[in-house]
Amino acid sequence: MTTNNEQKISIPKSSSATDQWSFKLQSKTDEFDIPGSFGATYHSHIKQASELFNILDDLFRNQNLAVLCTQKDGAPYGNLVAFACAENLTKLIFVTPRATRKFSNMLSEPRVAMVIDNRSNDRLDFSKAIAVTATGRVTDSSSTQRQRLLDIYLSKHPHLKEFAQSPSCAVICIDVDTYYCVYRFQNVMELHLRQ
Amino acid sequence: MIFKISDFSLEALDRMSLGGKAYSLARLALEGVRVPTAFVIPSNVYKEYNDKTGIRNRIMLELSRKDFSEMRWEEIWDASLRIRNLFIKTDIPDDLRSELANKISEAFENKPTVVRSSAIWEDGSKTSFAGLHESFVNVIGCDSILEHVKLVWASLWSDRALMYRNELGLDAYTSSIAVIIQEMVGGEKSGVIFSKSPDDSPHSIIECVYGLNQGLVDGSISPDRWILSNITGELVDFHPADRSECFLPYGKGGTRLVKLEPHQIVSPPLCDNEVKEVFNLGKFCESFFSRPQDVEWTFSKNNLVALQSRPITTIKSDLEDDRSWYKSLVRSFENLKQLRDKINSELIPAMIEASDDLHERDFTSLSDYDLSKEILLRDELNKNWIAIYWRYFIPFAHGIRLFGQFYNDAIKPEDPYEFMTLLSHTNMLSVQRNADLSMLAHEMKSGSFPRKDQITNDLKFQENKANNLRTHPWQGWLSQYFDGNQASPILTNFLEELQKSNTDVPRTQQFNVEERTEDFLSKFEGESRSQASELLELARYSYRLRDDDNIYLGNIQRHLDSAVNKGIERLVAKGYERSRHLKPEQVAQALADPTYRPLPEVGNELHDNKVFVSKVRQLRGQPAGPGFASGYARVILKSSDLFDIKSGEVLVCDSIDPNMTFVVPLCSAIVERRGGMLIHGAIIAREYGLPCVTGVPDASTVIKTGDRISVDGYLGIVTID
Repeated sequence: MTTNNEQKISIPKSSSATDQWSFKLQSKTDEFDIPGSFGATYHSHIKQASELFNILDDLFRNQNLAVLCTQKDGAPYGNLVAFACAENLTKLIFVTPRATRKFSNMLSEPRVAMVIDNRSNDRLDFSKAIAVTATGRVTDSSSTQRQRLLDIYLSKHPHLKEFAQSPSCAVICIDVDTYYCVYRFQNVMELHLRQ
Repeated sequence: MIFKISDFSLEALDRMSLGGKAYSLARLALEGVRVPTAFVIPSNVYKEYNDKTGIRNRIMLELSRKDFSEMRWEEIWDASLRIRNLFIKTDIPDDLRSELANKISEAFENKPTVVRSSAIWEDGSKTSFAGLHESFVNVIGCDSILEHVKLVWASLWSDRALMYRNELGLDAYTSSIAVIIQEMVGGEKSGVIFSKSPDDSPHSIIECVYGLNQGLVDGSISPDRWILSNITGELVDFHPADRSECFLPYGKGGTRLVKLEPHQIVSPPLCDNEVKEVFNLGKFCESFFSRPQDVEWTFSKNNLVALQSRPITTIKSDLEDDRSWYKSLVRSFENLKQLRDKINSELIPAMIEASDDLHERDFTSLSDYDLSKEILLRDELNKNWIAIYWRYFIPFAHGIRLFGQFYNDAIKPEDPYEFMTLLSHTNMLSVQRNADLSMLAHEMKSGSFPRKDQITNDLKFQENKANNLRTHPWQGWLSQYFDGNQASPILTNFLEELQKSNTDVPRTQQFNVEERTEDFLSKFEGESRSQASELLELARYSYRLRDDDNIYLGNIQRHLDSAVNKGIERLVAKGYERSRHLKPEQVAQALADPTYRPLPEVGNELHDNKVFVSKVRQLRGQPAGPGFASGYARVILKSSDLFDIKSGEVLVCDSIDPNMTFVVPLCSAIVERRGGMLIHGAIIAREYGLPCVTGVPDASTVIKTGDRISVDGYLGIVTID
């Protein structure tokens, strides 16, 4: 019997990233600093890191759900979670009960992916939709960090207050290292966190 | 935003926006009928509050927790209570609030008011869903009025309304409700007139009480009753009431029951002229609305004032189902006090006596024919007591909920069930029994009690000589709760397991109840404190009785089962196939008629798909006891399964009754198919501080004994590993 399961996911190398990302366009690699102002406009071709950053920022604000991808002992697993984004896209936050398969998977393998997209189950999705895959490591937020992340999460999902504040739930933070953005069917761009 | 009812022109009246009550009042005011000063907050303000606070999505989540068709009435109570707490905890946004507050302060200052619901479907011309939403009497001051406006909004989702959700078309995204704030008038004498008797006779009926209408409406005060010709108004009959008390406004809010003056006790509240005046009001409303009306009225300084008028509608037969009984479960404090006295002084002693009588009746030596008669007699008695249980004991459970609402209104806690912590530790019978069992286990361990093999022999002796049961202190005690067949495995297996467990004392007893009670009562002063104290006392009795009444009822059921089991034993000896689902009347008939054969049961097996094998991973129910635990499942399909339980296992069952809860000290958590916070599984789980999830459909068939499961009592989730 295990009562009041308090197991924590081991915390991997903590990221101190603020707003510095590197940018990879097709095969050519260029690096830009992110400017302070974000105006999300969808150009036919994304040419600058700032533009990509703004697109992701806009997408993450407007999408409530994402697909979380975890694994354990070679067995892959995916599920929908309500998410929020924080600290210049460097963190993705979600909440999960600790008795779930995804939590168990993350305990043994903290490297995860998360897919966020704006498809509408329409043929136009092939040309219009954007899909972003984030990869990174998860941490089960500590008590001091928990409230801060929870506030950000609940400002986006206020109706999940009772769920998110349950003592049986963990507030999970993905420290993102890379975003892979697919748009216009086959255009792929990458956004890497500068080390 | 907020409008004076008497300011509306006929063209501006919009029933959809004002709701039925406000619309009717505005129409009467336009016709010159005397109505109280009243303002209406139209239904779009409810929508604005929802939009600005985002509460709508939270209501939606609560409503989608489980399919309503699978919910028991207790679960609907709980859903409604949780939604009500959302409203209590969600402030009216500042801009909206200041606009409402300015008008309310200006109109009413510190005058007492009545805050009433006015829903679209209330008082309609074809159907009337009266009594689904809340109204509050004697509300004083702007802040309090606005708090009660929120409570009326919350009552759009009352348990009664949720039960009629299909007929009402209740929907989190489209439904709304208007609110009337009415100056409180009268209270000298009040009543209702049915301009045409609901039973279709050619009469009008007037009912009247001294004081406010409240006692008449909730049934706690009998009214004087005048039956008049509905054409001429001539008196046909008069039924005086047994007058003793009336409801009057109380201090800074609410109402209280007070004794009548001696001259009121001997005089009907209405004189002949007043009867005529009320009759004329009823007939006017009937003529004006072109339908027979049910008009609520009061006398204020000798002037007749109409409070509301609604059509008399006959509820269609397809609505005459269990729900009208569920609606009747909502009781006032006064009504509950009367119920408590009846239960305490009359019903429980009679129930104990009935059980004791059965205990004394030895059926073992009866002939088959006489045993058959004995089973039928016990079955009849059991059914009678079940009927009494539904009629009196279940409505009394509303005492818990009434206190819960009072607590939540006053304290505004995050957890809508925080009030339960004040109700636990009430020395329930089942907890006392478990403590005694624990003591017995301890004595066995320390060697001060005979060894297990000796006890088994003793019990065989006991089975043969039932009259000697009381000669040994422990055996006599055991026989109160377990029959001879159960007692043996109880002592040999269960008590050994109990010795290994340290959870013999309910964890809630670690709290200082007196300190917590004082902490709660210190939030109130003067008369409010007395009211809080009285309500708490009533709720504690109601809470304890939720468990105790089933112990008493279970004893009667057990005496029936003993006789039925004896009958089955005899039938098996004669070659009948053993079946655990035979009804008492079937056993009785088979005993009396050797040619009778009960019909075989029809199997209900699921067939596996040949390609895929499905497995349930996670189930959602109702959070009924906070906490989280994992353990191996012990699924109870028949009562003897209880004795196999091992320390640390999770008790999984269809429905727990208090006769089963002796195993709870061994468990790490409880999962039950039946749902609700006030069912026995939830109550005993809280008593022992165990995580508990109730209302899990098919819990006892989906989960198998030995499955490793996790029970999340905070969220109401059960996960099967």
